[in-house]
Amino acid sequence: MDNFRQLERLLAQGKISRREFMGRAITLGASMGLASTLASKIVNAATPKQGGHFRIGIGHGSTTDSLDPATFEDAYMQFVGFGLRGHLTEVDTDGKLIPDLSEGWEASDDAARWTFKLRKGVEFHNGKTMDAADVVASVNHHRGKDSKSAAKALLDAITEIKADGKDTVVFGLKEGNADFPFIMSDYHIAIMPAKGDDVDWQSGTGTGGYILESYEPGVRTTLKRNPNYYKKDRAHFDSAEVLAIIDVAARTNALTTGEIDAMDRVDLKTAHLLKRNQNVRIEETSGTAHYTFAMRTDTPPFDNNQVRLALKLAVDREALLQSVLRGHGVLGNDHPIGRSNRYYASELPQRKYDPEKAKWHLKKAGLDSLSVDLSAADAAFPGAVDAAVLYKEHAAKAGITINVIREPNDGYWSNVWMKKPWCAVYWGGRPTEDWMFSTAYDAGAPWNDTFWKNDRFNKLLIEARAELDDAKRRAMYVEMQSIVRDDGGVVVPMFNNYVFAMRQNVEHGPMAANLGLDGNKGMERWWFA
Amino acid sequence: MVAQRLALGLLTLFIVSLIIFLGVELLPGDLAQAILGQAATPETVAAFRRELGLDLPPYIRYFQWLGGMLEGDMGRSLANQREIAELIGGRLANTLFLALYAAVISVPLAVMLGILAALYRNSFYDRCINVVTLSSISFPEFFVAYILILLLSVKVGIFPSISNVSDDLGFWERVYRTALPAMSLTLVVIAHMMRMTRAAIINLLASPYIEMANLKGLSRSRIIVKHALPNALAPIINVIVINLAYLVVGVVVVEVVFVYPGLGQLLVDSVSKRDLPVVQASSLIFAVTYILLNLTADVLSIMTNPRLMHPK
Repeated sequence: MDNFRQLERLLAQGKISRREFMGRAITLGASMGLASTLASKIVNAATPKQGGHFRIGIGHGSTTDSLDPATFEDAYMQFVGFGLRGHLTEVDTDGKLIPDLSEGWEASDDAARWTFKLRKGVEFHNGKTMDAADVVASVNHHRGKDSKSAAKALLDAITEIKADGKDTVVFGLKEGNADFPFIMSDYHIAIMPAKGDDVDWQSGTGTGGYILESYEPGVRTTLKRNPNYYKKDRAHFDSAEVLAIIDVAARTNALTTGEIDAMDRVDLKTAHLLKRNQNVRIEETSGTAHYTFAMRTDTPPFDNNQVRLALKLAVDREALLQSVLRGHGVLGNDHPIGRSNRYYASELPQRKYDPEKAKWHLKKAGLDSLSVDLSAADAAFPGAVDAAVLYKEHAAKAGITINVIREPNDGYWSNVWMKKPWCAVYWGGRPTEDWMFSTAYDAGAPWNDTFWKNDRFNKLLIEARAELDDAKRRAMYVEMQSIVRDDGGVVVPMFNNYVFAMRQNVEHGPMAANLGLDGNKGMERWWFA
Repeated sequence: MVAQRLALGLLTLFIVSLIIFLGVELLPGDLAQAILGQAATPETVAAFRRELGLDLPPYIRYFQWLGGMLEGDMGRSLANQREIAELIGGRLANTLFLALYAAVISVPLAVMLGILAALYRNSFYDRCINVVTLSSISFPEFFVAYILILLLSVKVGIFPSISNVSDDLGFWERVYRTALPAMSLTLVVIAHMMRMTRAAIINLLASPYIEMANLKGLSRSRIIVKHALPNALAPIINVIVINLAYLVVGVVVVEVVFVYPGLGQLLVDSVSKRDLPVVQASSLIFAVTYILLNLTADVLSIMTNPRLMHPK
């Protein structure tokens, strides 16, 4: 029965063809007629239907949240934000970039000047027609000296932004960046109506598939369908309600008792029990989010690459994956590029646990043994302290003593991260290689948490950024991954999957893995069967 | 005397606000760092502080806040610029509703069970009710809450597992949706009040005037209700009031489990983001609750005691 269900889902999500479904269903014992009827039923269910009131419980959300996208940080406001507002571009379910509020874009030959053609006749919820002035204001909202935006560093490369007529916006960049349109899909850079020198974020007005009805920070947001939505095949629910349910047990109970239709962040420890519930389905996507242990390469003993290599070899990644993530993830290879990225270097050998080789590297560094401090708190990622303690056990076999320091959750990102010589870190990952590398590995980046400086890497980073030839870019990014893997200051033991759950009556197509909950766009991508 | 108590109350509030301010200042990090989290850069943190005046010395910020407070302006949340009065209003109403709901169930129930326990002292019933209430108070609140959810929501499906309330709900719908949290709170507070009622009455049963009543041949129930209870009211009222205060200020765990939008969750969120004006406002509301309820308890105790009511 389970196999059958699985088969049905594969067909519904378009992962197998109708023909293949029939063949496999018959092998499982269905008659030809039954298989055929089933197939049509499923394909019908896979055609989105409009209607229903969709309720989702999200394990984030705080009374201190606001509708200003400059302050968006966690899944709650991202999910609401993607419902309310559009962006210039969008990462689709295959990880490719597609137009959203723009119709298309083109670059100058050096990729330093980008021209976006805007979609015509798109209206904000308040009836105003979106034009280039709104886009300019929305991007400028994150720039300037007084910007408090989390996206400020991301947009630092922009030197000039101007409207060319009503439907064209031109961006001038400091240097070429072939991935610039990807940045425009970031959840911070939502397009809002211009107001005075700034934008109107207070009202929640956007161009998105849902109109804000009520917003109570940290409690709930209610939205209703935007009848004028420019995407005809999206936003299927009549109305939606996004609830902040921090407690994972409360979230799970609400889902199993039908108080909500979907939830994020399933408790991995009890996921196998939840799976038994016939009304609930667990979904899992594998994206770019990963856990790291960042060493400050400007601080002894981590300034010696032999020590870094020894530490990279002294962790049993498979054991961490099985115990901390209960298998809901994939192994990391000491660089931050995930399997869903375009230029993921699958040719690099997977680094394995090898205490003997770690000892050999220590000897090369002129050391018989090594004693280092590792700072961790569950604020870094859930299970970080457990992971650090396991690491300690693994490393002991290589003659390395790790003193695990449990840091307070409060203020972890300001007092521990980038301050302590070695600490646990979480990265949501980025849809492009350049974005990820220039956020946290570029020698000049504000979040270069390993304080790493590799000339070859930094040179390649700039070259690859402006390179428009795909094959050449790929070669460069592969080399960069290999440099980070063998020289960088970061141990990347694993990439965590996004694990969420929904009731059986919620349907979806192929799902995006760039963020959890279908790229956090479940509200406009899912529907009720 | 009441006026004097109120003046002392104001002094207490002032001290509370000072302690809260210093306490939050001592916590690592500030609002800018907490809001920006991992995405903080020195420039954005500095811009944040400039805009909100967080770069001013602490004492200036405290007196600015105090000045606004004295003019009746609670200020705005630093995190999202919402009016605190508006932010807290709805939450306070929710908290009071739940507290009142739990009190309406638990207080009469506890007093009645206590009287019955005193009446049938050392009987099977007495032992039973003691074991049950002591067990329910001994379990942590979230455990009691989860058990209730498991039984009444997941297994039987009578009540919703989360208290999804909003302003536009009708009264009875609200009562229905908050039934489980009210029950959890009832189970948590009932033991204390019940046992105090029982102990206070039993304490009096040894006194000469009860013996006299016994000798007159009055029934046990009449002795307890008419003769013992009025004299036992003072300690009972005190315990009830302490529990009422607890129902207002101490229910954050229950709020989290049932996703109930009360003041507790607001306070926790604000402390973790260092949103000082909101922390101050919520703490002061909690402090006022304690001060007023204590005052009420004292006034009621005096009113039930003719000797204090009409001193010579």
